[in-house]
Amino acid sequence: MTLWLTGVAVGVLCTLGFALLRVWHGPGRADRMMAAQLSGTAGVAALVLLAPMQDWAALDVALLLALFGALAAVGFVKATSSDGGGDPEEVDIGADTPDPTDRNADD
Amino acid sequence: MIDLATYAFTGIGLVFFVAGTVGLLRFPDVFSRLHALTKADNLGLGFIALGVALQAETWRQVAMIAVIWALALLAAGTVSQLIARDALIKRDGR
Repeated sequence: MTLWLTGVAVGVLCTLGFALLRVWHGPGRADRMMAAQLSGTAGVAALVLLAPMQDWAALDVALLLALFGALAAVGFVKATSSDGGGDPEEVDIGADTPDPTDRNADD
Repeated sequence: MIDLATYAFTGIGLVFFVAGTVGLLRFPDVFSRLHALTKADNLGLGFIALGVALQAETWRQVAMIAVIWALALLAAGTVSQLIARDALIKRDGR
């Protein structure tokens, strides 16, 4: 049983490794953020798998990692427009962004 | 018997994980990758959680695993919406 769970955990971490290809190659910022989100999920899966083998306290760690994975994406969206969460209905996105090179500038 | 079920569920979970990652790498468009990422990986996490839950000794651990999976589902739902909105704005240049 332990060997099998270790094998599955290694498999999950291999998928995490492949996801880094998307981080490196990803044309857009959203692609890189997705790969970061995948690393969160894969980390949670690996921790859940380790729990029966090592110590069941790993479940609490997995819970926290799942939470931080979600908050990382919120941080990513907030970086683009500080007021709206990238809300399409927002009148003028990034209006309050002092950055003159903002994408809404009519160049 | 329970060990057999654990073997099966964690194996299926791994298959879905691999499918999600292959989808993340192979899909042409940002939005289709989001599908692969949030749906397949969470299903994989769900099966892995189910497999491990069978091994749990106390009910607290089973409840903790259920909470982890529920949070992962909620997080994936909202995260994919946020990322998709950001990508949409980037693409439409609005």
